[in-house]
Amino acid sequence: MSFFRRLVSSPTGALGMALLGVIAATALLAPWLSPGDPLRIAGPALLPPFTDPALPFGTDRLGRDVLAGLLHGARTSLIVGLAAAAAAVLIGSIVGTVAGFAGRLVDEALMRVVDAFQIVPGFLLALAFVSVAGGSLGTVILAIALSAWAQPARLVRAEVLSIRERDYVAAARVIGMHPLEIAFKEILPNALPPVLALAAVIVAAAILTEAALSFLGLGDPNVVTWGSMISEGRNVLRAAPFLSVIPGIGLVAAVLGVYLVSEAAGEALGRGGRP
Amino acid sequence: MRRALTLVRRRAISAIPVLLIVVVATFLMLEAAPGDAVDAYLLSAGGGDAALAAGLRAQYGLDQSLLSRLILYITALGRLDLGWSVAFERPVLALIAERLPTTLMLMGSATALSFGLGSLLGVVAGSRPGSFRDRALSIGALTLYAIPGFWLGLVLVLAFSVSLRWLPIAGIETIASGKHGLARAVDIARHLALPVAALGFIYLALFLRVMRSAMAEIWRQDFVLAARAKGLTRHRIVWRHVARAALLPLVTVLGLQSAGMLGGSVVIESVFAIPGFGRLAQEAVAGRDAPLLIGIILTSAVLVILVNLAVDLVYAVLDPRIGASEARG
Repeated sequence: MSFFRRLVSSPTGALGMALLGVIAATALLAPWLSPGDPLRIAGPALLPPFTDPALPFGTDRLGRDVLAGLLHGARTSLIVGLAAAAAAVLIGSIVGTVAGFAGRLVDEALMRVVDAFQIVPGFLLALAFVSVAGGSLGTVILAIALSAWAQPARLVRAEVLSIRERDYVAAARVIGMHPLEIAFKEILPNALPPVLALAAVIVAAAILTEAALSFLGLGDPNVVTWGSMISEGRNVLRAAPFLSVIPGIGLVAAVLGVYLVSEAAGEALGRGGRP
Repeated sequence: MRRALTLVRRRAISAIPVLLIVVVATFLMLEAAPGDAVDAYLLSAGGGDAALAAGLRAQYGLDQSLLSRLILYITALGRLDLGWSVAFERPVLALIAERLPTTLMLMGSATALSFGLGSLLGVVAGSRPGSFRDRALSIGALTLYAIPGFWLGLVLVLAFSVSLRWLPIAGIETIASGKHGLARAVDIARHLALPVAALGFIYLALFLRVMRSAMAEIWRQDFVLAARAKGLTRHRIVWRHVARAALLPLVTVLGLQSAGMLGGSVVIESVFAIPGFGRLAQEAVAGRDAPLLIGIILTSAVLVILVNLAVDLVYAVLDPRIGASEARG
């Protein structure tokens, strides 16, 4: 059975793939499903949901379409989650490979830096970085990557330390490959699988961190995010609770989808070796 | 006891370079920001001329070079002087000392809730791995873990404060209530109930899952088979043998989640308007208060180190193998 079929055959994997599939499709198709700027005024303010067929989820305080925000917000969440996780894994892989391969002094120095990044709460670090660099989508991605690269770095280093003693690395050394070439061509690719499993968890955490930053008003003001929608709805929590509740459900669905798929993938891989 | 002392000494020594990196990195990061505290002050004061700005900069030492300010800051740190908060016009250390107890109370209660309830439910799930009960609890925990803390807080407010009117919406205690002693404690507890739940429920899922998977692992070990062969009841095997052995990894998670919870408290304190340490971080960002922000980041790093040290000490007590080699070396 192929990996994908094993993944979908478990109930958790199927549910996760369904959730992620819907959200990914929404994110990709948002400009067509709801054309135009999602931040424009679309109708009367504070229209309750399920009253106007043109605005099924109602409108917020400024008369903006909640459904449009929800669709475009999926886009932001996924972009930030994937880009931040990719950047974190990239930085972590480079630092981890260099630390594991370069030997004592460099290793010691790099690992103290990793320690420093791990003892500062990631969210505080991201908060400080965004406050310095300003709230744009790029800086938010960078801030989240900065708060998340330490864990993959540690993992890659541990993998590299165990792989560098293998015979094929010795063989590469004997045929005269450059140490950097050995590190990044021979060792890193073999150290990656456990890191990719961690990457799923980083995606989920990145989506949650982005939402929290936007909720505090530190995200990109020109982009719709689920976090900023919740924050905006909070001002009218009593009169229009749906404004805060609806985007939150989107967040839970996206993060849960990532968790379910990563768990099912782990199970499918674990079973893969056995008959 | 000697083992513990050696552990503490070793950790303290290894913490110093790491904390130094934190200080330098944070300092440089905040230096890169456009504008400084004087700009922010002038903005809030409604403007001022260049001479006033230069005077203020000289007064706060902002006109000196980067390196000399960094060295000045680090030497002051040696005297436990964290500098002067421009936004609050008070010493940073005093501000942090004033705000920290509230957050420690919040985090302590949330940890107790998540550890207690999470490990208990983890035992329920892990007592029969693969059963329906286990599957349901595991999926439930995963869902809980996917919920953003601030949103959970808002939903709890909607349910228990707006609809049911059981609990207060925000704050740490009723303002000018004149309550003392027990009445005041009850008042604070009522205010803290929802924030603690919002912060704790998410980590409850973490403890549940770690407990459950540790137990699933332990069921396969020989000593469990031996306990079964002796004819012990299932109840006794679950509680006295499997769950007890699974507590050790749970203690590790206790240390690992402290940094996450400290970060989470920033958002939760903002949702519930609790004047704590996390809220202070947000206020420092809003006020462009670099000395305060460095102080906050440094304090949280020290806090995380202390929590992890405490966890290691507990670990050394629970498992005599840990730290034995460190003590010898």
